[in-house]
Amino acid sequence: MRELTLDGLRTMMRSCAGVDELVDLDSDIADLSFEDLGYDSLALLEIQSRIQQTCGVKVPDDALEHMLNPAGTIAWVNSLILAAAA
Amino acid sequence: MNVLTPARLAGPAASGADGAVGPAGVAPVVTGIGVVAPTGATTEEYWAATRAGVSGLRRIDRFDADRYPVRAAGLVAGFDVKSRVPGRLVPATDRWTQLALGAAQAALDDAGVDPAEQDPFEMSVVTASSSGGNEFGQREIARLWSSGPEYVSAYQSIAWFYAATTGQLGIRHGMKGPCGVVVSEQASGLDAIGQARREMRLGVRIAVTGGTEAPIGPYALTCQIASGLLSGTGSYRPFDTRADGYLPGEGGAILVLEHPDRAPDGGYGVVAGYAAGFDPAPGSGRPPALRRTIEAALADAGLRPDEVDVVFADGAGIAERDRAEARALEAVFGAGGVPVTVPKTTTGRLYAGGASLDVATALLALRDQTIPPTMGVRPDPELHLDLVCAAERPATLRTALVLARGHDGFTSALVLRRTAGRTPGQTPGQTPGRNRKEHDDA
Repeated sequence: MRELTLDGLRTMMRSCAGVDELVDLDSDIADLSFEDLGYDSLALLEIQSRIQQTCGVKVPDDALEHMLNPAGTIAWVNSLILAAAA
Repeated sequence: MNVLTPARLAGPAASGADGAVGPAGVAPVVTGIGVVAPTGATTEEYWAATRAGVSGLRRIDRFDADRYPVRAAGLVAGFDVKSRVPGRLVPATDRWTQLALGAAQAALDDAGVDPAEQDPFEMSVVTASSSGGNEFGQREIARLWSSGPEYVSAYQSIAWFYAATTGQLGIRHGMKGPCGVVVSEQASGLDAIGQARREMRLGVRIAVTGGTEAPIGPYALTCQIASGLLSGTGSYRPFDTRADGYLPGEGGAILVLEHPDRAPDGGYGVVAGYAAGFDPAPGSGRPPALRRTIEAALADAGLRPDEVDVVFADGAGIAERDRAEARALEAVFGAGGVPVTVPKTTTGRLYAGGASLDVATALLALRDQTIPPTMGVRPDPELHLDLVCAAERPATLRTALVLARGHDGFTSALVLRRTAGRTPGQTPGQTPGRNRKEHDDA
């Protein structure tokens, strides 16, 4: 399993859901909501499955409740990885 | 899905002197054109190539086409997805929708319409569709079988189906009036415009309509080859004794239609008449629907046959269909009675995009008073057609008739009437007050 980083998440957002013209993904986005960053629920579903494939961790079906912003998503996914490794 | 019939749509609709409103209702004005075609990724690039007879048909190079019996097609080059499609929409859409997003933005810019300044409920989107998001679907099916279901994009759910383009355009431009998609094979490019006209007669003020197609992937090509209608010699020669089928192409055109009140300068022209028909069952002995569909469209426009200045023919490139079309034209207009052209000989047949592109081409012909040529064809003299071949023909053009026929019987006809609005090279009209919300005044 691989830890999720902000740069790793940025790459996934770019490749599987694209980037809104008004958003600079390389800026400090950690605490901005996905909604403000232009990502809807379908985009988050797409990112969720990419996290699962890339990090090798099973992400439960209620993932969207935990995926409100990048920082929260990273903390939650990494806690899943720790729990799975334990 | 095709519920448009001549009985419902055609009627005596003699237009007023200004060509704006007849008894049957509004004749929408075309104020914006956006073309993405194998011969040009912008309207003026396409139009210059079309007038010059430059062909966009070439060897398919996006995948190894050597194993396919058809290896040539009209491919769009120079469509920059990055600059013409919003970044968030690229992973969520098939190429066919991306071509439409680019064309629609160009059409709105051309019309000088800013949708954000309009009443959302007075704007509609009606597009034509044929094969849907076939390239997207093929990629996701490959992922399903090679990697597993969890690798299939969530966007597969919205990217493949016929209404995807209409939906994305509606969301993108905030158009919340009645929206729809028309699927009537290669006639749907006219039927979408006919449906947009109906919505405008029910209160819509601005309609984005037309169609695009992206049918040049391995899966889509395989489906077409099964029809047996593609050319085995890699050519597309309608109305020629050598005709042996057609070549496909990608692209199309999106138009902006506006209520005549909004377009006092008349734009490129008005949609003066429209009718749709359907061929009788094979073996019934009854004639094809084309002649009566042409007559219904002319009646709808309040025009006599001798008032039609040019016909943009369907030109199937299939001997039997070409003969049937030539017979219908001779029956309505007399032998050689009207100039006929098939500029799509330079792009291939674009399915849902083809007839809309013909409408765009006809409007540009009306603007510039010239008939673009049919290329690569030696017309069969027995068909009695005045086919404009090899070089453009300057002419006085007040009206144009566009014909479209699809597999299995779809048949449509649309009449355009020139207005004085556009002259060559003119920048988009910016009539004062165009971008103010209409409902504020009501």
